[in-house]
Amino acid sequence: MEELGLIGIIAFVFYTSLSYAAPLIFTGLGAVFSERSGVTNIGLEGIMQIGAFTGIITNLMLADTFKGMTPWVAIIIAMVIGSIFSLLLAVSSVTFRSDQIIAGTALNMLAAGATVFLVKKIFDGKGQTPYIQETITRFDIPVLEDIPVLGPLFFQNVYITSYLAVLAAILGWFVLFKTPFGLRIRSVGEHPTAADTMGIKVNRMRYIGVMISGALGGIGGAIFSQTITLDYSAATISGQGFMAIAAMIFGKWNPLGMMGAAIFFGFAQSLSVVGTSIPFVQDIPTVYLYILPYVLTILAIAGFIGKSVAPKALNQPYIKGQR
Amino acid sequence: MNKKRLISLLIPVLAIVLGLIVGAIIMMVSGYDPVVGYTQLWEGIFGDPYVMGETVRQITPYILAGLAVAFAFKTGLFNIGVEGQLIVGWFAAVWVGLSFDMPAVLHIPFAILVAGLAGALWAFIPGILKARLGVNEVVVTIMLNYVALHVTNALIRGIAGKDTTDRIAETASLRIPFFEEITMYSRMHGGIFIAILAVIIIYFILQKTKLGYELKAVGFNQDASKYAGMNVPRNIVISMVISGFLAGLAGAMEGLGTFEYVATKTSTTGIGFEGIAVAVLGANHPIGVVFGAILFGALKYGSLNMPNPPAQIPSEMITIIIAIIIFFVASAYLFQWLYEKFSKKKGVK
Repeated sequence: MEELGLIGIIAFVFYTSLSYAAPLIFTGLGAVFSERSGVTNIGLEGIMQIGAFTGIITNLMLADTFKGMTPWVAIIIAMVIGSIFSLLLAVSSVTFRSDQIIAGTALNMLAAGATVFLVKKIFDGKGQTPYIQETITRFDIPVLEDIPVLGPLFFQNVYITSYLAVLAAILGWFVLFKTPFGLRIRSVGEHPTAADTMGIKVNRMRYIGVMISGALGGIGGAIFSQTITLDYSAATISGQGFMAIAAMIFGKWNPLGMMGAAIFFGFAQSLSVVGTSIPFVQDIPTVYLYILPYVLTILAIAGFIGKSVAPKALNQPYIKGQR
Repeated sequence: MNKKRLISLLIPVLAIVLGLIVGAIIMMVSGYDPVVGYTQLWEGIFGDPYVMGETVRQITPYILAGLAVAFAFKTGLFNIGVEGQLIVGWFAAVWVGLSFDMPAVLHIPFAILVAGLAGALWAFIPGILKARLGVNEVVVTIMLNYVALHVTNALIRGIAGKDTTDRIAETASLRIPFFEEITMYSRMHGGIFIAILAVIIIYFILQKTKLGYELKAVGFNQDASKYAGMNVPRNIVISMVISGFLAGLAGAMEGLGTFEYVATKTSTTGIGFEGIAVAVLGANHPIGVVFGAILFGALKYGSLNMPNPPAQIPSEMITIIIAIIIFFVASAYLFQWLYEKFSKKKGVK
């Protein structure tokens, strides 16, 4: 490690940060869509578990068929399953007006139970899957990798998923703030009655918001399990979903702000993992790095670091004719 | 009994029945035998004195965790942080159990009190933020769960030098020899009395005191409470602090009763989240919480017998069933909707 030099260390921390940030960005983007439509999705932790589980299982099953493409196929399947799973939240909290926090908690319990149940079912009582063989590989980005200094720093030996996550966040921002669809999503989260008056189907938009969050949470989980843990067990996803929600709040319900927060949280996580081999950083007790994202989020939502204001109609089921 | 009361009792019962039926269907679809499965579940709860003792042991922290969630909910607060408050309470209880030398009559109450205070302090943070700045307590409590997890892990390594502390002193232990003898040396401990006492006290506070009345009033309507001259921010803080105290007690049950030590954790214990399930099933009523805790505690412990032959069903089946029950209870409107559909078809209004 001492041989790496300054550029080497920075590059090392940078790509570890980004690889931890990618799942957070996708899931956090999901959280933005769901909450902007007025539905708190505490269940994203569980949705990530479903995504991580689906990613690993499909990867193991399909590796012989798809070879190097397997992780991508697994991500797409995890996206679909995540979206279907999130329907449970939509049905119970949008249609049947359950408390969104309770429904989300139930979603988390269900995911934790169901994924481990299936792992034990499939692997004869073992609580852990085998390791996957086809992983998401790191590679150099053509042309950009040749830029002096910046090339080795940012564009060599990276997970492509990290850059896809950044693109997704930018796309998400565009959709949410520059398209009629995004305006509709936001309007049902801010003032559903007004939106309804303008002919927007409130509950339909909320279903869409929740299902987008399920799809993105599924992607986030599948990326996490296929880049970081490489297997699935009960301990695979422990708090990443909640951290993605934290990133959304820290980023003030804006996809770009969320992305910045997620990258920062990824940075904190990576320091806690690789920091032991970096001078200066190794002197910081890791507990500070572990709790940093959560403490910052509390400070942010308390208004000590700019004011984070949630969508107005968050947590309220929409009942036609009720004021 | 009036109709509203009847419905509020009927919904949890319906939800439990539906949850167990859906569970049976899932078992069948997965190629397991639900009759054998449920039989083994039953034996895992009532099979012999040992499992019965262990079942009571499992129910004990569930009562307190459920009570913590339910109490905050009465004031309109959602304390998702019971998990974190429980973790700090657990640590605090073990710390007192390890570091002080005093007779049992003092040691046990002192350790329990410190555990409760640790939980209360942890809950004070979201309480004061909500009361003074209007910050959403759900988010703050979720974040504090993970802060609690990592901070206690660091503290455990700090005081023990390894990932597990030593056992607490005999004088701080909740173990009762009589319980051990009648339950074939299960880990059932005296904490169950503390849990029941807490239920009675909370019931009394909510039903018979001015404080309880104010807390409930704030939960019903903050504006009306304010105009009636109540100090809304103060009530919010008090509610969170009492809720956190109860959660800390739940941690003490684990630290002084079940395990008698504390170890570092890679993820949350789950008891706090199951406390939410207990409170939801118990309709946030102290007595309801007891029933909720008995049901979920028994299911949870009994499920450990399900992976044994001949059933060989993963114990996570029960987590799935509990989640389904909660979905049904939470979606109470579903039953209303079904009822209306059903009545319309028959032409009855």
